[in-house]
Amino acid sequence: MTKGQLPKWVDYGLLPALNLIAAFAVSGLVVVLIGEDPFEAVKWMLFGSWGYGEGVGFTLFYTTNFIFTGLAVAVAFHAGLFNIGGEGQAYIGGLGIAVACLAFDAYVPWYITGLFAIVGGATFGAAWALIPAYLQAKRGSHIVITTIMFNFIATTLMVYLLSNVLRPQGSMQPSTRTFTEGGQLPLLRNIWPSLDLGQSPVNLSFFLALIVCVLVWYLIWRSKLGYEIRAFGANPTASVYAGISPVRITVITMLISGGLAGLMGMNEVMGSQNRLLLDFTAGYGFVGIAVALMGRGHPIGIILASILFGSLYQGGAELAFEIPAITRDMIVVIQALVILFAGALENLFRPAVVAFFNRFSDEAAA
Amino acid sequence: MFEDIILILDSTLRLSTPLLFACLAGLFSERSGIVDIGLEGKMLGAAFAAGAAAYMTGSPWMGLLAGIIVSVMLAIIHGYASITQRGNQVVAGVAINFLAAGLTVLLGQAWFNQGGRTPQLAISARFDDITLPFAEALQDVPFVGPIYHDLISGHNLLVYLSFVMVPLTWWIVFRTRFGLRLRAVGESPAAVDTAGISVTWLRYRAVILCGVLCGFAGTYLAIAQSAGFIKDMSAGKGFIALAALIFAKWRPVSAMFTCLLFGFLDALAIRMQGQEIPGIGEVPVQVFQALPYVLTVVLLAGFIGRAIPPKASGIPYVKERT
Repeated sequence: MTKGQLPKWVDYGLLPALNLIAAFAVSGLVVVLIGEDPFEAVKWMLFGSWGYGEGVGFTLFYTTNFIFTGLAVAVAFHAGLFNIGGEGQAYIGGLGIAVACLAFDAYVPWYITGLFAIVGGATFGAAWALIPAYLQAKRGSHIVITTIMFNFIATTLMVYLLSNVLRPQGSMQPSTRTFTEGGQLPLLRNIWPSLDLGQSPVNLSFFLALIVCVLVWYLIWRSKLGYEIRAFGANPTASVYAGISPVRITVITMLISGGLAGLMGMNEVMGSQNRLLLDFTAGYGFVGIAVALMGRGHPIGIILASILFGSLYQGGAELAFEIPAITRDMIVVIQALVILFAGALENLFRPAVVAFFNRFSDEAAA
Repeated sequence: MFEDIILILDSTLRLSTPLLFACLAGLFSERSGIVDIGLEGKMLGAAFAAGAAAYMTGSPWMGLLAGIIVSVMLAIIHGYASITQRGNQVVAGVAINFLAAGLTVLLGQAWFNQGGRTPQLAISARFDDITLPFAEALQDVPFVGPIYHDLISGHNLLVYLSFVMVPLTWWIVFRTRFGLRLRAVGESPAAVDTAGISVTWLRYRAVILCGVLCGFAGTYLAIAQSAGFIKDMSAGKGFIALAALIFAKWRPVSAMFTCLLFGFLDALAIRMQGQEIPGIGEVPVQVFQALPYVLTVVLLAGFIGRAIPPKASGIPYVKERT
C-alpha cells in the first residue's frame, strides 16, 4: 500500500458510511429545527420500513424502482456519461409498458404481456435516450443539458398524451384505463400469502430487478462491450487508439442506460398501479443518481443503496403518519443531504482518513 | 387585435422577469466555470424565504433581503462543494434542487400549517405595481398611449430592475476588471492562477452573485407576481432559465431576448388555451410549453448557430498535483 492510498474496505465501506452519518446528522438537525425529537423520528422510520410485514413489502417495492434507475445512471457513469435524464426515460418507458399492456391484456396471460411490456419499456426508454446520445456523440452537445431538456419534453408530451389520447372516454382523470388481469404482474402477497406482506404492492418486478443486476454485472465486468465502455469512460483518448469508436460506445451505452430506466415502469405501471398515471416517476429517476453514486456503480452496491433509499421512502411515510409535524417532504430533504454528502462532498472526509491511515502505516513501518 | 397584442406582450414582460433574473444569475456562475443546474432550487428557496419574511415583517424589502440571504446560502453550499471540495457540480446542483424542494414545504408546514404555503400577503407586504409618470395623461394618445400606459407602465419594481440588470451585467462582465477575470477563469483557470489571482475567491464571488440574482428571481415569484409562497412554485423556471442561458450563448443581451422569447411562448400558451388558429385548428398548450426545451436542443445540436460553453466549465480547478 503506497502513501495516499486506502485499503478497499475504507474506500468502499468507511468513507460512504462517514458521508451517510454526516447526512443523517444534518437531517437530525432539521428535525430539531421543527421542534421534534430526532431519535423518536429514527425509531419510527426504522419501525416503518422494517418493523412489520407490510412495511417491509413497501420498502422492497420502492427498492425495486431505485435499482432500475440506479443501474441506468451507473451504466452511463462507466462510460463517463452523466445521464441525468433517467426521469424522462423512465416516464416514456412507462408509456411503452402501458401500450403493451393495453394492447395485450385482454387476450393473453400476464407472463406473455409481461414479455412485451419489458421490450416496450426498454425500447421506449432507450429511444428517449437516443437523441441526446447521438447529439453528444456526433455534435458534442453536452449530454447533461440535453437530457434535462428531454425530461421536460417528456413531461409535456405525457401530459398531452394522457389528457388527449390515452384517456378513456368519459373519464376526467388524465390516465389510461385500468389494465385487466392479463396486464397485471402478480403481487408477492398473492403468491406467498404466508409472508404477511399486508397490502404492500411489491411484485414480481423485484426479481426482474435482481436479474437485471446480474446482467449488468456481466455486461460491465465480463463482456467485451463492457470492457470497451469502461475503457472509454476511463480514458476516451486512449480508447480511440485502441480502436474503440466513441460514437458507437456513447450511443450504445446511453441506449442501455435509457432502457434500464424505462424498465422502472414494470414495477410502478404494470406491477402496482395497473394504469399509466401522470408523474408516476415521482423523482425516482433523479434519486437514481444518488443510488449510483452511493453504490459506487456496482450492482451489489446499487442493491444496498436502493434498500437504503427504499427504507427512507417507506420509513418517511410512516414518520409523516406518526409525527404529523414532519411531512413526507422530510424524505426529500434526507435524499438531498445524502446526494450532497455522498455525491458532491464525496471527498469531505478523505484527507482526514488518509492522514489517519498514513500515520498508522508509518508507525507500522518504523 | 392591437389590444390583444398589447395584453400578450404585457404578460410576456411579467413572465420573462423571473427567467431573466435566473438567467443572468446562471451567466455569472457559468462564465466562471461553475455549471449550475441548481438555479431552480435557489429560486424556490428564495421564494419561500421571501414569502415567509414578508409575512412576518409586513415589508417586501425584508422579504427580498431574506430571499437573497437564503439563495446566497444555497449558492455557497454549491460553491463549497464544487470549488473547495472539487466535487461534481451537476450532482451538487441536483442536491440543491432537492434540498429546496423538501425544506420549503417541510418548514412551511411546520411554521404556518397551510399545506406548505406561506400565508396570503397583504398588498403592503408585496412589491406593488408602479404607474410611471405621465402614464395616465398619455393614456388616450393613439398607439403610443396604450403602449406606454398598458405595456411599459404598471409593473412592479422588480420587473424594471430585471431589465436594468441586463446592461449592468453586460458592463460588469465585459467592461470591468472583475468581468475580464471572470471570463478568463471560465476559459483557463490555470492562466488566471499564474497571473497571481485567486481562482477560488474569483469563483466564490461569481457563485455568490449568482445567488443574489436567484434571490431576486425567487422573491419576484413569491411576493411580486403572487401573494405568497406556494409549494413548488418555481415549476421548472430555473431550468428554462438555464436553457435560455445556453440559447443566448452565455451573453447578457441575447439572454434578455431569449428570456423575452420564452416568456412570450408562455404568455401565448396561456392565451391560446382552447382557441383555434385559422387553418391549423387548436394547438395543444403543451406544444408551447415544450418549445423552449425543443429550441434549446436544436440549438445545441448546432443546426441554428453553435452554443459553445466556457471552456473550463464543469471542471474543478486543481492548483497542484499531490
